[in-house]
Amino acid sequence: MLIFEHSRPGRRNYSQSPLTAASANKIPENLQRKAPPLLPEVSEMDTVRHYTRLSQKNFSIDTEFYPLGSCTMKYNPRACNSLAMLPQFTARHPLAPENTGQGYLACMYDLQEILKDVTGMAGVSLTPMAGAQGELIGVMMIRAYHESRGDFARNEIIVPDAAHGTNPATAVMCGFKVVEIATDKEGNVDMAALKAAVGPKTAGLMLTNPSTLGVFEKNVSEMSRMVHQAGGLLYYDGANLNAVLGKVKPGDMGFDVIHINLHKTFSTPHGGGGPGSAPVGVAERLLPFIPVPIVAHENGAYRWITEKEKPQSIGRLSAHMGNAGVLLRAYIYVRLLGMDGMHRVAEFATLNANYLMVELRKAGFEIAYPTRRASHEFIVTLKDIKDKTGVTGMNLAKRLLDKGYHAPTTYFPMLVPECLLIEPAETESKETLDGFVVAMKEILTEIQEQPDMVKGAPHNMPLRKLDDVKAARELDLSWKPEA
Amino acid sequence: MSIPTDLKYTNSHEWVKPESDGTVTIGVTHHAQELLGDMVFVELPQVGRELAQKEECAVAESVKAAADVYAPISGEVIAVNSDLESEPEKINQDSYNAWLFKLKPSNAAELDGLLDATGYQTLLENEQH
Repeated sequence: MLIFEHSRPGRRNYSQSPLTAASANKIPENLQRKAPPLLPEVSEMDTVRHYTRLSQKNFSIDTEFYPLGSCTMKYNPRACNSLAMLPQFTARHPLAPENTGQGYLACMYDLQEILKDVTGMAGVSLTPMAGAQGELIGVMMIRAYHESRGDFARNEIIVPDAAHGTNPATAVMCGFKVVEIATDKEGNVDMAALKAAVGPKTAGLMLTNPSTLGVFEKNVSEMSRMVHQAGGLLYYDGANLNAVLGKVKPGDMGFDVIHINLHKTFSTPHGGGGPGSAPVGVAERLLPFIPVPIVAHENGAYRWITEKEKPQSIGRLSAHMGNAGVLLRAYIYVRLLGMDGMHRVAEFATLNANYLMVELRKAGFEIAYPTRRASHEFIVTLKDIKDKTGVTGMNLAKRLLDKGYHAPTTYFPMLVPECLLIEPAETESKETLDGFVVAMKEILTEIQEQPDMVKGAPHNMPLRKLDDVKAARELDLSWKPEA
Repeated sequence: MSIPTDLKYTNSHEWVKPESDGTVTIGVTHHAQELLGDMVFVELPQVGRELAQKEECAVAESVKAAADVYAPISGEVIAVNSDLESEPEKINQDSYNAWLFKLKPSNAAELDGLLDATGYQTLLENEQH
């Protein structure tokens, strides 16, 4: 039921009502609206009940196991939130002079330094407001680098076919032609195809490592050598940094530019479209182009570095310096973990994924890349099950909801038919993982014995199976009163 | 579902029907719509647009994904099936009749480089493994 459907003329919620409409008199007659706006008229009590009920229908990481993992959102430690909410942070004006905001600037400087250290890059800028913006800025820096050398012939960006769709989209936004490279049977980038594609037109290669297929690119050093030898640069999509956090540094793999999704790897809030945060890290040769502002620490004081000192900077991406509250949460997260803790994140994320992969294989599920060790995630394919029973990956995902588990990512990456991309993340206990395996086993039996029941899932949720085709075809979400 | 033998095919799952007047009609294959699932939106090229072979020229969007459609051969777009804009589900129902657009080929010899039904069948079998 929508809040509008609780509406009755004249009902009031006094805590939300404007104090007076008297000031409306100052608006000229011809500009005053003739009919009242379409707002719900609901009592305070009914409003509280409505939103409490909605919140109880939430299926979230705070209530259930959520095998979307860092791909969507990890558990957000409560301490990060409570410390970032200190009034000394929240009341600070973004234009406050440097000398009154030294504490905040110190946090941001330390965050830059820690991210440099954990990724092996020469410089970090915290200013991008989301992953897609981090990517855009990364590729803009690649273009600025080539142009600064008078090298205008490089108009191609190489992207493996397993990449996130944002990679080719970013390359096109920056005016490049996308050259797609196939994946081999083991889930690696096809080296022969890469060799054939690299040349004097190559501006760069965009790579996610571990890849979206949940495996570590075995030939990353060789790829780096090939692209650099041809004069191109290497871009690291940080989507899967969680698997290697602090253990393997993108800088050591030869990457020139990287974006880091704080809302993935560094446990900051994410969902509902933001606020995201995607700092970019650069190698030495891209330092002149890094977006401003960044924070410097000199003679015991912190200060902003702006366009004045970075004339070749590709510029600003946000009015101030990114999403301040998100950056603070990430800062507190890395300070709580320390470098040892970050190593443990990578180790347990990988251990949990490999444990689940082995247990699900034992339970009878088909693993898409069975010869490979999982990174922090792995792929199950239901192709065979679908061919035999008609039950799809999406059906299984919906049935998991009935069993009290959030569904994993479905139908991505698109290279693998009927796939589930499962990422438990480091925070889950063995008991939780075992419970998930039991639920998956039960569903496998149900698929054999009652396939139609599985196809009709979910059965125990507040809402039954939704008409996703209708939802996608009829995008109008606005409510109108019945005539 | 058998693969019609009077059509030509591409690796990217478009079908091409050479018409008697020298034009060609283009759509996506049964296999393509099966992979994509329920279609929700189709974006068609503008009539009059000159396409290079393999150029991205249309988008087929389903509940699962948005897939680019590529020009199987080069030529000028002379007609589009605008019925699909309101009824994209026709691609699911009858992919070999739900054509997307028609081209006037600029180099008809490119047709010879396309797959025939047997070649396309082999391609699908290889994709299974």
